[in-house]
Amino acid sequence: MLDLLKRPVYTFQEFVLLSIRSVRGVFRKPAYWGDTLIQMDLIGVGSLPVVCLTGFFSGAVMALQMSRALQTYGATSQVGKIVAITMVREMGPVLTALMVAGRNSSGMASELGSMKVTEQIDAMRALGTDPVLKLVKPRLLATAVVLPLLTVIADFLGLVGGWVVACVMLQLAPGAQYWETAWRAIEYNDIAQGLIKPFCFAVVLSLVGCYYGLQTTGGTQGVGRSTTQAVVVASVWVVVLTFIIGRIFTKL
Amino acid sequence: MDSPANPMVMVFDGVCLSFGGECVLDGISFSVERGETLVIQGAAASGKTLILKLALGLIRPTRGRIFLFGEDATEYRDEQWNDVRARIGMLFQEGGLFDSLTVEENVAYPLLNQKRAPLTELEIRRRVQESLDFVELGHTLDKFPSELSGGMRRRVGIARAIVTQPELLLYDSPTAGLDPITATTIMALIVKGRDASHATTIMVTHRHQDGELLDRYRWDPSTSALVPAEPGSTRTRYMVLREGRIVFLGSPAEFDACQDSYVAKFASR
Repeated sequence: MLDLLKRPVYTFQEFVLLSIRSVRGVFRKPAYWGDTLIQMDLIGVGSLPVVCLTGFFSGAVMALQMSRALQTYGATSQVGKIVAITMVREMGPVLTALMVAGRNSSGMASELGSMKVTEQIDAMRALGTDPVLKLVKPRLLATAVVLPLLTVIADFLGLVGGWVVACVMLQLAPGAQYWETAWRAIEYNDIAQGLIKPFCFAVVLSLVGCYYGLQTTGGTQGVGRSTTQAVVVASVWVVVLTFIIGRIFTKL
Repeated sequence: MDSPANPMVMVFDGVCLSFGGECVLDGISFSVERGETLVIQGAAASGKTLILKLALGLIRPTRGRIFLFGEDATEYRDEQWNDVRARIGMLFQEGGLFDSLTVEENVAYPLLNQKRAPLTELEIRRRVQESLDFVELGHTLDKFPSELSGGMRRRVGIARAIVTQPELLLYDSPTAGLDPITATTIMALIVKGRDASHATTIMVTHRHQDGELLDRYRWDPSTSALVPAEPGSTRTRYMVLREGRIVFLGSPAEFDACQDSYVAKFASR
């Protein structure tokens, strides 16, 4: 039993240690702003198309599926409210994070993993550079900045998708009414939740990707293994965290 | 730091290393004097590369002490290690070049990162060009490592290792996976690097020819070629590892005369 627990406990311990070093690294020099900007471009601009599509169609699908239920109760005017609350609180942050996990956590794990197996990480240390500052910190900062922004974009496009289905395709409610109910439905609590979640997801996604990359052993096969593990672990953490944060906010 | 009275560049004193309870290096004790050449041989997974990584502080020993340039470096923090690493040049097995940087940026990397005596941009450029000319790759400044052959990548790795003019040079299997002609070119550059700067050299290798070249040849600047060296003048010693233990440490003559069947496999008989 102890042997079974040893591996996950060790992994968690190493992950926590990397997290502490990375967070401390944020306040340490050198800053590597150039690397951070490159990562912001890769993660932010690079993920924009996929996040836009996901946001738009998730809002559209939600409006489509809710339309039948709302028609039953004669509450079609509430479609904007439902789409807005669901997108801002849950769907926007979670779907955006899952897209970024699939795209960027895997990218970080494979890039750092390749560097590890080709001794570039060792070379970096041998040449006097701390890989946590040079590689992990820029990815952590970049993801923490761009993921909330991507989420806001996904939320808005989700509302647009809902409007297209509800008002243009199915004509369940007038457009003005859709936007009015959507706008009124969102409270400060929802906005806070919708921004805190992606920030927390960003920290986890980037650190998980970097952790599995830096732990890579076993050549190219090891890189593939690390990449898969990074995506799976990051995605699971997104779902777990959204529940924990959601639970905290429902108590507020 | 070290005094001229202390000729020892590196001392391993009873160093042991374990991974997950498995002992991979056991009771490693040896010393390397200034200007000496040490050739480390042994079968795969005998712990040769680990000795180099311990010497660079990339991994820490489970037991024992490591002295570098006269100071006990065993308990050094990362910042202290960076000061020591600035005095060591290392060529990794695959070159260890950064894929995302050009050849010029790769070679300039150690100069840009060294804290003591920062250099001007012009001086860095000059040193990089000089270093790349030394390995006869002065025309590859703008190329990326992926555009170079395996042998060229090793040569860029050598240029990066010597660009800071280090006192200690570490080579990890510099000829592994190369054809004989390219391997001889790389070895000639290593002998040239050693003799041009009189640096202490430690080389891990599988090939007995590599050790022979370091032991029996020297670089002649007047002819720009390797010439036979006076016996013993290169101050070369051999070390042979077997399953994490030193089974031989001695002069080339002792190495050639050793009757141990395992050691004999690495000697040129």
